[in-house]
Amino acid sequence: MNEEFNPKIVAFACNWCAYSAADLAGVSRFQYPPNIRIIRVMCSGRVNPGFILKALKMGADGVLVAG
Amino acid sequence: MNEKRKEKTEQPDDLRIGVFICDCGSNIAGHLDCSAVTEYAASLPGVVFAKENLYTCSEAGITEIQKAISEHELNRVVVASCSPRTHQPLFQSSCAEAGMNPYLFEMVNIRDQCSWVHMQEHAEATEKAKELVRMGVAKAAFLEPQKDIEASLLSRVLVIGGGVAGLSAAEALADMALEVILVEKEPKAGGLLNQINQLVPEGVKAAEYVERIIESVNSKSNVTVHLGTEVKAIAGYIGNYEITLQRGEGEAIQEKVGCIVVATGAVPLEPAGLYGYDGERVITQMQLEEQLLNGQFKAQRVVMIQCAGARVPGREYCSRICCMIAVKNAALIKDQDPEAQVHILYRDIQMYGTEKERMLWDARGKGVRFDVYDPEKPPEVKDGQVLFEQPIVGTKRQIPCDLVVLSTPLVAREGASALSQLLRIPMDQNGFFLEAHAKLRPLDFATDGVFLCGSARYPATVAEARSQGLGVASRVATVLFKDKLVTSALVAEIDPETCVGCLGCLDMCPYGAIEFVPEKGICEVNTILCKGCGCCAATCPSQSATLKGFKPKQLLSQIRAI
Repeated sequence: MNEEFNPKIVAFACNWCAYSAADLAGVSRFQYPPNIRIIRVMCSGRVNPGFILKALKMGADGVLVAG
Repeated sequence: MNEKRKEKTEQPDDLRIGVFICDCGSNIAGHLDCSAVTEYAASLPGVVFAKENLYTCSEAGITEIQKAISEHELNRVVVASCSPRTHQPLFQSSCAEAGMNPYLFEMVNIRDQCSWVHMQEHAEATEKAKELVRMGVAKAAFLEPQKDIEASLLSRVLVIGGGVAGLSAAEALADMALEVILVEKEPKAGGLLNQINQLVPEGVKAAEYVERIIESVNSKSNVTVHLGTEVKAIAGYIGNYEITLQRGEGEAIQEKVGCIVVATGAVPLEPAGLYGYDGERVITQMQLEEQLLNGQFKAQRVVMIQCAGARVPGREYCSRICCMIAVKNAALIKDQDPEAQVHILYRDIQMYGTEKERMLWDARGKGVRFDVYDPEKPPEVKDGQVLFEQPIVGTKRQIPCDLVVLSTPLVAREGASALSQLLRIPMDQNGFFLEAHAKLRPLDFATDGVFLCGSARYPATVAEARSQGLGVASRVATVLFKDKLVTSALVAEIDPETCVGCLGCLDMCPYGAIEFVPEKGICEVNTILCKGCGCCAATCPSQSATLKGFKPKQLLSQIRAI
């Protein structure tokens, strides 16, 4: 039996919007898959392309920059 | 990519990290295994102490952190609990009280972004929490101590606009013993209140009402009023602004202030080309106010048309106060002459609050007639008659009249965009100034040290403009009643050794916090203006710009730990 593909997602979330939205999802008890790791940044503008490549290199299957 | 070169992977050797895992009652512990997470945290490199708390933010939890800092000589603290957006300041100040630099604190979100969103997945949620803690601990290892930034504050305030909002702000600020500079463009203070007749529901004469506030402001020794004066230039930042004022053709006046209040108001729309507006038989509510004030009003049959030039393509907003003005004036006309016929043609009536609702019913009781018109088929003014169609019954009506009054909206001032550029404050699509948050920070701008009140923000009644003026005084006080300005140290810095002055960061900075220094050939950060977004750090091709607390080594350590 094949093991189901379970992608590892790294998200860079802006403190003021996307990170707050992720908090709100929690407060609202929205359920979503547990394979995402959120890294808080103060602005999505802080995310250097190098960070995205590093995340992919470290084994992330997808990177989300949200802000 | 550019920042990769500076990446360092070895951790400092003297690390003593303490990790605190919060149960949050059953909010976290009910959905994942906090004991397993704590045990895992204790095994991470650099961690010398790990503890599970029922509520880390409770007095007991805080005491536990502070005790551990001294007993275990912790030099990093990680709390895994709720969101740093709500609780980081509390934990940071608790660490500072215990003698640890607050910038060596890191928070991991295992409630809002873990236990609450994976409530049915106990094993997976536990695993995720462990990984999040691992990432937090990895980042904590690379945190650096910082010192809060301090700057001086001038206890002086510039109020731009001498209408009821600006006057109220100036009066209240002066009563708080702050020095106030009030600038009014017109030769007389009082704004629109100088042109209107009386205020409802109290029935006070508008001129008398505003005159009392003007006298009060003028009587205060700590207020300087500049009439017929405009603001020409503004430099500096919160706590230390340099202002240039210009009175007519006269010499420029220089002032220094700590905060700025924008109270520039709005103007009634001049309805050129609407409903046959001629200023004689078809006039605006403002002109009707003047006629009522001067006793020139003589008409017997009056029709008022609401939303004249408002809620139409190109000006879609509701001016909010025109319904009240129409109802007020209609009732006044009926009071003067009960035989007079007054019709109000409207789309929707906006009479919010119990007092204003009462006004509407009183006006109906006095015999003011209200009829709805369809915005698709607006009324027509022709040959001393107003023609309109009643939308529900579909019949056409003609109302003979000798005066048509157009209820036009308040619109933004022409000078608003110039002031917006001077102060770097945003405007909405209608030219009104945009507050930091409509509900949470309605009197602040996103720019620190600049505040907003009255109709410059959105059409306001006199009572609203006054309360906003008083509110703004309180907001200013929260800044200026401190000895000095203390801001977060998590700002950008530019390494003068490696910066080549390419100006890449300067264009990216949304806050105008970066300046090119020609003598040195490099860019420098104004740490008071910097909001710590880090756009400069992501742009800088030589990695000279970095954002404290979010340096490449700190973020990369977190990424490595995924």
